[in-house]
Order: sequence, then C-alpha cells, then structure tokens
Amino acid sequence: MIRVNGLQKSFGEVKAVHGVSFNADDGKITGLLGPNGAGKSTTLRVLYTVLKPDSGTATIDGVDVVADSLGARARIGSLPHGSGLYPHLTARENIAYYARLYEMSPDTIDGAVQTVIDQLNINDFADRRTKGFSQGQKTKVSLARALVHGPQNILLDEPSNGLDVMATRSLREQIRELKHAGKCVLFSSHVMQEVAALCDEIVIIAAGQVALHDTTDGIRNATGCDDLEDAFVKAIEMVGPA
Amino acid sequence: MRTIRNVFLKEVVDNFRDRRTLISALLMGPLFGPILFAFVINMSVKQSLSSADDPLDLPVIGSEYAPNLMTYLESNNINIVDGPATRNDAVEGVGNGEHDVVVVIPESFGENFSEMTPATIEVITDQANTQAERETRRATRALRSYNQELAAMRLTVRGVNPMVMRPLNIDEVDVSTPSGRSAILLGMLSYFFIFALLTGGMNLAIDATAGERERGSLEPLLCLPVKRDHLIYGKIFATCLFMAISLSLSLTCFHFVLKFMPLQELGMTPNFGPAVVLMAFLLLVPFALVGASLMTLVASFTKSFKEAQTWVSVVLLAPTMPILVVSILMVRPSTALMFIPSLSQHLLLVGLIKNEALNMLHVAVSVGGTLIIGAGLTWICARLYRREGLLG
Repeated sequence: MIRVNGLQKSFGEVKAVHGVSFNADDGKITGLLGPNGAGKSTTLRVLYTVLKPDSGTATIDGVDVVADSLGARARIGSLPHGSGLYPHLTARENIAYYARLYEMSPDTIDGAVQTVIDQLNINDFADRRTKGFSQGQKTKVSLARALVHGPQNILLDEPSNGLDVMATRSLREQIRELKHAGKCVLFSSHVMQEVAALCDEIVIIAAGQVALHDTTDGIRNATGCDDLEDAFVKAIEMVGPA
Repeated sequence: MRTIRNVFLKEVVDNFRDRRTLISALLMGPLFGPILFAFVINMSVKQSLSSADDPLDLPVIGSEYAPNLMTYLESNNINIVDGPATRNDAVEGVGNGEHDVVVVIPESFGENFSEMTPATIEVITDQANTQAERETRRATRALRSYNQELAAMRLTVRGVNPMVMRPLNIDEVDVSTPSGRSAILLGMLSYFFIFALLTGGMNLAIDATAGERERGSLEPLLCLPVKRDHLIYGKIFATCLFMAISLSLSLTCFHFVLKFMPLQELGMTPNFGPAVVLMAFLLLVPFALVGASLMTLVASFTKSFKEAQTWVSVVLLAPTMPILVVSILMVRPSTALMFIPSLSQHLLLVGLIKNEALNMLHVAVSVGGTLIIGAGLTWICARLYRREGLLG
C-alpha cells in the first residue's frame, strides 16, 4: 500500500514534481501514465528513496520514505528505469546477490532464488552469464532480482521499454500474477494502451501534477472521449501546457 | 557487517572473472616493474663493462703532424681513424651527431712543440649529447696524461724533479657499501611497487563506481534496504584485496628477477631475500587503503568508465610526486616525513634494501598515518555516496 501526499521535487530551476498525491492499494495494479518528462520517474525515485522530496510525504505500508528510508526500502521490490545486471555473474548469481543484500537467511536463499526463477520462467538461461542477454531476458532477471525477497509493494519504472510483443505479454502475465497474490503494483509507462490493458487504476501525470486519477471507464467519462488515446491527450491538456 | 562482506565477496568473484581486472592486477602491475628494471640494469651493465675494454675509434684531423701522440693514443686502446676533411666539416659532423668527438691537430703543432710554446689541440664535442660524454672523457683523459708525461720528461731533462708539478695528491675515498650503492638504483623500486599496487585495484575501483553507474546497476543497488556506507566499504575493501595481490606478486617477481641480474658486476649486492620481501609487503600494504579510497573517490565523480580511466590514471602518478621531490632534495628520513603516504613507504623501503635497521617509530608512524589518511578518504567516499547527485 503506497500513499503519496503533496510531493514536490525540483532540480535547480526545474520543478520536476509539483504536488503529486495518489494512493496505490494492495491487490491492485496502479499505472502512472504521462508523457516523457512528466515526473513519473522522479515520483518513483522518491518512493524507492533514491531522491528526497522537497516537501510532501510518501509512505510504504505506513513507513515514511524519508524518516525511515531503510524500512521503506525493505518493503519494496523495485525495477528502476534501465536496470543493469552484472555481466560477469550468471542470472542466478545476480539474483542471489540481491537476496543476500536483502539479508535473507542464508539457508532460504537458494530456495527463494529457484522459486523466482521458476515463477518468471528463466530456467533456460539461469546459469549463463548475463553478458549478451537480450533485453527481454535482462528485464526478466531484473524483475526476478526485485521479487526474490517477496516484497509486498512492487515499483516498476517503464518495465516494457525495449521489449518485443512476446516479452511484453509475458511481463503482463507476471504483473497480473503479482496482483492476484495480493501485492500492490505501481508501474509507470507512457503508452496508454499498455496501461489500459493492465491497470485497475490510472494516475495521469503531466507537468509534474496529477491530471486525473480514476479507472479506465472513469477516465473515459471524465474526459468525454471514447478513444483512450484522445482521453489521455485531453487529460494532459486539462493541466495546461507544460 | 554482513552487507560489507556480501558486497566484498561479490566484487571479488565478479572481478576475478573480468579479464581486464585480471590483466591489470596479475600481469600488468607485477610484471611492468621487473621487466623495465631488468632492461635498465642490463643496459647499464653492458655499457659500463663494454666501453672500458672496447677500443675507441677516434677521428683525428692532422694526425700526420703529431706521430708520437698518435702512437701514445694507440697504446691507450684508442684507434686513430680518418676524420672529416676540414675543421669546419668536423664541427658540422659533431653538431648533427655524425661523429661523437673529433680531435683536431693544427699544422703548427710540430713548430710549437719544438719551440716549447703550448701546442693547441682541439677536442670537438657536443656537451648536450650525453652519449658522447663517455668517449669525450676517454679522449681528453688520454690527451691529459700525454700532456703530463711530456711535462715530466721536460722537467727531468732540465734536472728538476717532476714532483714539483704535483703539490697535492687528491685521493677520493668512497665509503658507500655495495648495498648502499644499490639503494640509489633500487630506490626506484619503491615506485614500481606502489605502481603495481595501484594498477592492481584500478579496474575494480572504476568498475565498482563509474562502471556500475554506466551499466545501470547502481540505481537498483541503491534501492536495496542496505546502508550506502556499507556498499562503498565493501567495494573499497575488495579493491584493497586486488591491490595487495598485485603488490605481493610484484615483490615476488622482483625477488626472482634480482637473482638473475648481474648486479654484482656493478658493485651492488641488493638485500632482497624472502624476509625482506615479507617485510616490504607489510610496510607497503597499508598504502592500499589510501590508493583504493583515492581511486574510488576520483572515479565517483566521473560519468563513464572512460572518463574514470583518464582521471584515475592521474592517481597512478600522484605518489611519484613526494618521492621525486625527496630524491632531488636528498632529504634524510625523519619522523615528520613518515606522515606522508607513499613517501614514508619509499623511505622505509630504501632503508630496508640498504640493510639498515628499521626505526620502529618511523614504521609505526608510517603505518598508522597511512591508515588514518586512508580511513579519512574512505569516509569521504561514503559521504559522497550519500548524495542524491550520485546517480548523475
């Protein structure tokens, strides 16, 4: 469960996030939708505590990301934008390294790693060094790495970037399974169709502000557009030119 | 602690599989010094041994005016060869390096000689040409001793004891021990060792910081519920390990290389047995913490692997500075100097090779001071890793 309230973050003169508030609940997939540079990544980076907000608060399962950043990080599994792997380690070793850093007890690590490897279907290349992996394989391993400790909240920053149709489909399957397991999934994208296909709730962000926060049908109604892409464009225009 | 250990172990495994790190830690660093050293020593041995015995080919203009002198020179292992046609040709030839040294005997030589006025002999040489120095010295030395012999003969003919010409007898007494003499040359060893140590960890220091950022693996790492300080400590310790490996290999290599080098022929007996190797390792290894943290610090500021390589290479040169200054100023070891990393290691190592007793206070200050500075730099690295701007 993620609560974001009045988040603000500037880099010098640029106001990247300008008062963003939303909730993402357990057992639901919440999509953070917005054009490039709208503030999606900055919002997520505040949530996984790499950035500190200038003002506003954010909590993960009630744990404040600023006051107890270590505690907040322990409750999330995250897939930052453009996540990289260690090329000289095998996929399994990459995942196990994170399991160890999550301070899982040593005798449960091997089992937990095998579980995510099965879950994400990466047995075929689990024991190969990740150098030369395709983008789809890399994303799967990165996701497995983020899920190995069984986090309640999962943050994914543009996870489908650079994936082909098959890989995107299998990623969607994984995300749906996480939802059925009662997890809170928050993921960002700039593709309306993808968000519509997957999300229970959509938060449209433009120019660092929340333009709309509703279900797919709610957004259609609020904008008066049947076509989702039109609805997206209209919602962005509602917050004024960037 | 567990985080530090986990990061340390991962970096060690990761880098043992990285060909670049292995080449720099296990080949480049340890072998560069011994090979260069062996090359320099062999060259200088060859030069100093060969040139004394080899006949010197000396071009002389006007040799026909001084046949006795020519006979004298030839009896001094100098071959008289035909020189350039004229004095001007000789000046030009020496100027452009065609000849190292040319002797010019004027037409008036015989006349001056019988009138007992000083006869001029010109030795044309280029002082800037260091290669010609030895040959010029040999030629002038032979001419001077001919000059003295003649003077002595002229005095004897007039019934004067030639000793009146030598009111002073100057005798240099060289008190340097063979070990001490080798220390001058072996003084440059300490830099080879520090260089080997630094090269050993260079790739890891870059890979763990700039490389990690370039690969995109830094951001997910920072999202883990671990303290950033612990991440950086693990990385710095892994760098230290590679530096220590490289240092020990380099010391071992030198131990064997020195055995096979004709150092005795140069009058040197380097003190570099297994006990010295072990002691040298213990004296030098604290510098790994300074090197590792300094490289990590520098690499943390850079945006890419390539940029980091450029800047970290500067760190390779930094330790030479104090060593160079001290070598030029010929400073004696003092307690105050032991606070300066790289310099203290250099001074202690030179003493060790000279077979001098180690000053325990100096050792304590060197080890303690170096470790404190290393810890300070490590702390700065940790501070740097807490910044938001780290992700670039």
